[in-house]
Amino acid sequence: MDDIRESTVNPAVALAYPFEAGELLRTRRKLKKALLADGRERVEKKIAILGGSTTNDIADMLELFLLAEGIRPVFYQSEYAKYWEDAMFGCPALTSFAPDVIYIHTTFRNLGPFLPLPNDSAEAVEGRLAEAERHFSEMWEKLSAAFACPIVQNNFEYPFYRLYGNRDATDIHGQTNFVNRLNARFQLAAANTKHLYIHDLNYTASCYGLDRWTDQSVWYMYKYAMALEAIPSLAHQVASIIKSIFGRNKKVLALDMDNTLWGGVVGDDGPEGLELGEETPNGQAYLEFQRYIKRQKDIGVLLTVCSKNDPENALAGLRHPDSALSPEDFQVIRANWEPKDRNIAETARILNLLTDSVVFADDNPAERHIVASSLPSTAVPEMEGVENYIRILDRNAYFEVTSLSADDLRRNEMYKENALREAERQSFADYSDYLRSLDMQGEILPFSQTYMQRIAQLTNKSNQFNLTTKRYTAAEIEAVAASPTHITLYGRLTDRFGDNGVVAVVIGEIRGCELHIDLWLMSCRVLKRDMEYAMLDTLVETAVSRGITKLIGYYYPTAKNGMVRELYADFGFTKVADNDGSTVWELETAGYQKKNRFITVNGGTK
Amino acid sequence: MNEIYNRLNEVFREVFDDDSITVNAETTAADIEDWDSLTHIQLIAAVEDEFGVKFSMKQVSSMKNVGEMAQILADAQ
Repeated sequence: MDDIRESTVNPAVALAYPFEAGELLRTRRKLKKALLADGRERVEKKIAILGGSTTNDIADMLELFLLAEGIRPVFYQSEYAKYWEDAMFGCPALTSFAPDVIYIHTTFRNLGPFLPLPNDSAEAVEGRLAEAERHFSEMWEKLSAAFACPIVQNNFEYPFYRLYGNRDATDIHGQTNFVNRLNARFQLAAANTKHLYIHDLNYTASCYGLDRWTDQSVWYMYKYAMALEAIPSLAHQVASIIKSIFGRNKKVLALDMDNTLWGGVVGDDGPEGLELGEETPNGQAYLEFQRYIKRQKDIGVLLTVCSKNDPENALAGLRHPDSALSPEDFQVIRANWEPKDRNIAETARILNLLTDSVVFADDNPAERHIVASSLPSTAVPEMEGVENYIRILDRNAYFEVTSLSADDLRRNEMYKENALREAERQSFADYSDYLRSLDMQGEILPFSQTYMQRIAQLTNKSNQFNLTTKRYTAAEIEAVAASPTHITLYGRLTDRFGDNGVVAVVIGEIRGCELHIDLWLMSCRVLKRDMEYAMLDTLVETAVSRGITKLIGYYYPTAKNGMVRELYADFGFTKVADNDGSTVWELETAGYQKKNRFITVNGGTK
Repeated sequence: MNEIYNRLNEVFREVFDDDSITVNAETTAADIEDWDSLTHIQLIAAVEDEFGVKFSMKQVSSMKNVGEMAQILADAQ
């Protein structure tokens, strides 16, 4: 019996919605072992949980969900219910812990002192509301000043009873009314407070079911503010916010077609025989799913097709008169008879991404099994029943939005521009002629306020063209930008096909006459454009103007950054140390010859 | 009753991640090293999950040993 259980623990299934909460809580140790034994590289993040109730099982579940997202968490947990004291008065253990992210776990149970009483005047209730808000906003300010890291804060679930019945929501003395108004204030605070992210606990509890969520026995016995079985749902949402902050969202939604985007098989039934549109319940469900997918695309998710079909049938299906999606909505259409895992790998290659960025949505369990077993890092949700498709994708939070940059909204356009560049490249026999034809304009400057978030995002999600794979929070990026002993540069690249946005980042620390390059990364979307040469030219120029005579470069090998092992050699650096593949390189700035020939930098010369 | 103990054994081994555990009617928290207030919560939840029951607060607070837990489970069946 034990052996069977051991071999059936499957983190990819156990940690995907819908959760078997009881099973998840019971098998947590085996799941953790299985995750840690999967050979995957993970980035360590220090997470401080400041709790208004017991948080131990929450930390356990957070750990599993984050491990599954490539993050190895280390936790600090405040003493029982001491969230406010920790935040307001500090605590040496928390200070020395130096969190990368703070999670304030508070619930309706923590609102007790602020809740309105039946005889309160309207002014008194307003006062209580303001007091409750201040209780939290002061904490956010204190924590922000002390740690300058992202803060995740729960809003509040509804109370488990309503003194005024339905009137509880409308009467200013009602607790339901109070929760609604306080949540609205949190929403405003999140829009106006840097690094504050609200976990919508109210929605999470509603999804779970408020009666089941507010299991009072675990409050009385253990001081948990929700049912134990609800903890996986809570932890999953919080983990989703955290992985999104650290750039671990999925990027691509690879879609099967027949019985995924429409009912029926286009090759057999013809486009006119497909179920799609308002006429039938199934047709409505597929149409609504397509509309959902289209909205995902609008906010930056890359759509691709991965379907066993002849290409002409696939296109005919997407041109169905009632279709919300059209062929132009997709970055890559792989409609052929190759195995799907091969098509997913090829899709990722075309988009210059890794297969761990892909979510594969297919109604066919056999296809899902092939992809899940040969590409373990690709997410493969259990797409069962068209009426469930939206919920399955939505609840899994693959594309959790914590910030929405201009880049996100333009992402699909940018990838389309890349496809045009690729077509252009193929028309040139000589690669230099192609680069010249692009008319590239680089903006290479010290970090500026506008780009802090994008720069931090890049440091967290660039794995391939990344020499040290050092991760930074937005606050750390701001700190090095302001530091007199650092040189920072971001590179933005535009060409005649469009703007690639900020694609390269360099951070160097000045020590005497030396510049130690702590970070050098570039987005794979601009590989082979000589952008790295333009960055090096500007870095050397800036370094020389600061009296630096020598650059010191570091390369730390990871499973993913093999492509830049010899970058510093290519730059003309000399290797001075090699420790098991971790290398150190030097370059004298005297006599440096500029390397960039194709990019006009900062409106000047090449 | 035997079957109940077999299933309880399995749950205990899972929760404490220790395949050497064998429980009997007299087993208490003092007999298992990692059985503290935190793992107690996990244990109760895991037993509830295994047997598809929900203990009342009164039952949880009055259980003195594994035997009493098994008796409650037997009565519920």
